[in-house]
Amino acid sequence: MVNSRTTNIPLWVRIAPALTIAVLVGPVIAGLAGIALPAVGFAPLGGSSAFTLSAFARVTAEPGFFTSLWLAFWIGPVSALISLTLVTGFAAAAAGTRSFAFVAGLLRPVLALPHAAAAFGLVYLVSPSGFLLRLVSPELTGFSRPPDWLIVNDPMGLALLAGLVLKEAPYLFLALTSALQQADPRRADIARALGHSRMAAWLHGVFPAVYAQMRLPIMAVIVFSSSVVDMAMILGPATPPLLSLRILGWINDPDFSQKSLAAAALVFQLGASGAGLVVWLAGERLVSGMARRLAVSGIRLPGLPGVSMLARSGLVVVALVVLAGIGLVAVNSVAGIWRFPDALPRGLNLTVWAERAPELMNLTANTVLIGGLASLTALIAVMLCLENEYRSGITLSPRAKLVLYAPLLVPQIGFLPGLTVLLLRLGWDGSLLPVAFAHLVFVLPYTYLMLADPWNAFDTRYLDTARALGRSPDAALLTIRLPMLVGPILVAFALGFAVSVAQYLPTLLIGGGRVPTITTEAVALSSGGNRRLIGAYALVQSLLPFLGFALAAAVPALLWRDRRALRSGGVV
Amino acid sequence: MNEGLRIDRLTVYRQGRTLVCLDADIAPGEVLSVMGPSGVGKSSLVRAIGGFLSPGFATSGAVRLGGRDISALPPERRHIGVLFQDSLLFPHFSVSENILFALPPGGSRRDRCRRVAELLAPVGLKDLLDRDPATLSGGQQARVALMRVIAAAPRALLLDEPFSKLDADLRASVRSFVFDIVRERQLPTLLVTHDRADAEAAGGRVVELEAR
Repeated sequence: MVNSRTTNIPLWVRIAPALTIAVLVGPVIAGLAGIALPAVGFAPLGGSSAFTLSAFARVTAEPGFFTSLWLAFWIGPVSALISLTLVTGFAAAAAGTRSFAFVAGLLRPVLALPHAAAAFGLVYLVSPSGFLLRLVSPELTGFSRPPDWLIVNDPMGLALLAGLVLKEAPYLFLALTSALQQADPRRADIARALGHSRMAAWLHGVFPAVYAQMRLPIMAVIVFSSSVVDMAMILGPATPPLLSLRILGWINDPDFSQKSLAAAALVFQLGASGAGLVVWLAGERLVSGMARRLAVSGIRLPGLPGVSMLARSGLVVVALVVLAGIGLVAVNSVAGIWRFPDALPRGLNLTVWAERAPELMNLTANTVLIGGLASLTALIAVMLCLENEYRSGITLSPRAKLVLYAPLLVPQIGFLPGLTVLLLRLGWDGSLLPVAFAHLVFVLPYTYLMLADPWNAFDTRYLDTARALGRSPDAALLTIRLPMLVGPILVAFALGFAVSVAQYLPTLLIGGGRVPTITTEAVALSSGGNRRLIGAYALVQSLLPFLGFALAAAVPALLWRDRRALRSGGVV
Repeated sequence: MNEGLRIDRLTVYRQGRTLVCLDADIAPGEVLSVMGPSGVGKSSLVRAIGGFLSPGFATSGAVRLGGRDISALPPERRHIGVLFQDSLLFPHFSVSENILFALPPGGSRRDRCRRVAELLAPVGLKDLLDRDPATLSGGQQARVALMRVIAAAPRALLLDEPFSKLDADLRASVRSFVFDIVRERQLPTLLVTHDRADAEAAGGRVVELEAR
């Protein structure tokens, strides 16, 4: 018997999946192993090497430790719940209508925005000296000076929660829309014909299948929120801060005895993130049981116009807040004198830009180099994996998808310190290449998720046609598939680049503080409070991913300007 | 007793251009077959009568059920059952949960389950109650889908190529299953199809739509 496909797959295609899996899982395992030892007192990174569990006792005795831990526990599931509610409510009310496409367009730029830039935008919008309060001051509030309110950096962590939702809701919306493409919208029609209102019909008929596809992204969101660093610096509480921030502080503490504190706290961090996931899974069962009982009761929930309006507007507010924030970031970078109750600055100038131009150029060069390297490597690896899937006829199992998400389901602060130590031992640290490698770990999953659907949806009869005309599989790949898919390929590349630009912790830790990017420097400015400087850095940070996506849109349009079927970015 | 379904010069427009137009009276228990090549707007006609046209479409004329103009109502308040060419059973529900979902509210859980059993027993589907819809054969899925529509007690029925995905040997039996129920329940029914055999089996009048 001859297997029609698996014969003659070249080695460079066949080894791609194994290499990719190694890059996805290897650093996570190595990093976790790296901390397991110091947590129990064996500290290869220095510090006390006595084999003792006393670090756990010491870390829990740190002032405010349990406040930090509690925040790390609840903020994951709560931010995910709010984001999912916004996204689901909107889809239930607007699926199949024009406003769905409109809001999807509005959220696309928001998605590309780095977390830090979105956080700065929120600060400029809602802080006591922010734009919203300026708009109504002194007329409505009577304030001539910014009030003494803790709106951002509030001890409850509400500003951090808001910031996380601003970034996660667009991300979950992307996950939902891609799941929606495989769901049959006629199921909602059927449910409506059976007498269920628009939102109820969608929730009962379409959402369960969609949600099944959203579970991993949601879990990634929970883990991310529970251990976020850059947003926690900008928006989170200060005394005590989120656990991840304290861990970073202990790692960077010159006093070696603090390292074992960091290692012990990492174990707590993993516990908090894990507990957040467990709570979510429990809630999932509860809600799905209730929904099932409601469905079989046959009760038709009335379609209330107020609820529908509310559900439609939530995501729009998210998009508008983020976009307004970026506008304010831009204005701040060129603002002259801008006293408190003034809604707008008295004058505009380019002083900061002129002063900082050389530094900004350097940082941009670093960022683009690292991002380009990581996302190009990821793109090639992903294309080879997908091509191997096609040629061998093996499709990705659900368990393999878990591997893909591995680096996103373990907190960055949980395994990057261990990885740093490991790379340090190998003498591979503090330079651009290791940083790009660390970015690759996080870029790979997104690149794969973005490219897999268009790649698999490609009409392979084009390839069969090429083969019948005497072309080899490799020639068909290079001359038929790649050119036809140039649009989706570039979008996957741009997404990978955006992910890389936004990375803060990997750059900081693996780079040993010696590989500055626009992101590390923008976040570092957050404590200084120089509005104009922050504005300039955050604007550059947000423009880089945009340029990537703009390029991804422009290239196919130019390349295929005389090819109608390909102009919009691919045939699929 | 059901009233008739009156399609009163219903016209569907897409981007301002007339797509399809129909004027017909359908009596209780009657099946009106609408035939035409693909792309002529048959499905849009079904969606217009059912109330779920996509944005970008517009209609004029009226749909009357029992003398009442329902064309401004949302689909959930039209009481018109729809059957597509795919069974579209909800994959996360069992067969009986699919029917329970359609059954009007009220009654205890036990009561409702009994009503589902009563609905499915006479049509030979009682053994399928606890099955996962994905494990049913195509013919079984088509039957369950019809009984799900019937469970909601519709006052009219729309059939959008409901037999076209079935194998030839199954098609005849599912067809007679559907038309028997239509007659038994005295439902005014509109069948859209490109297969002349469907229209002949329906036994009612036939309207031909022509490509524009």
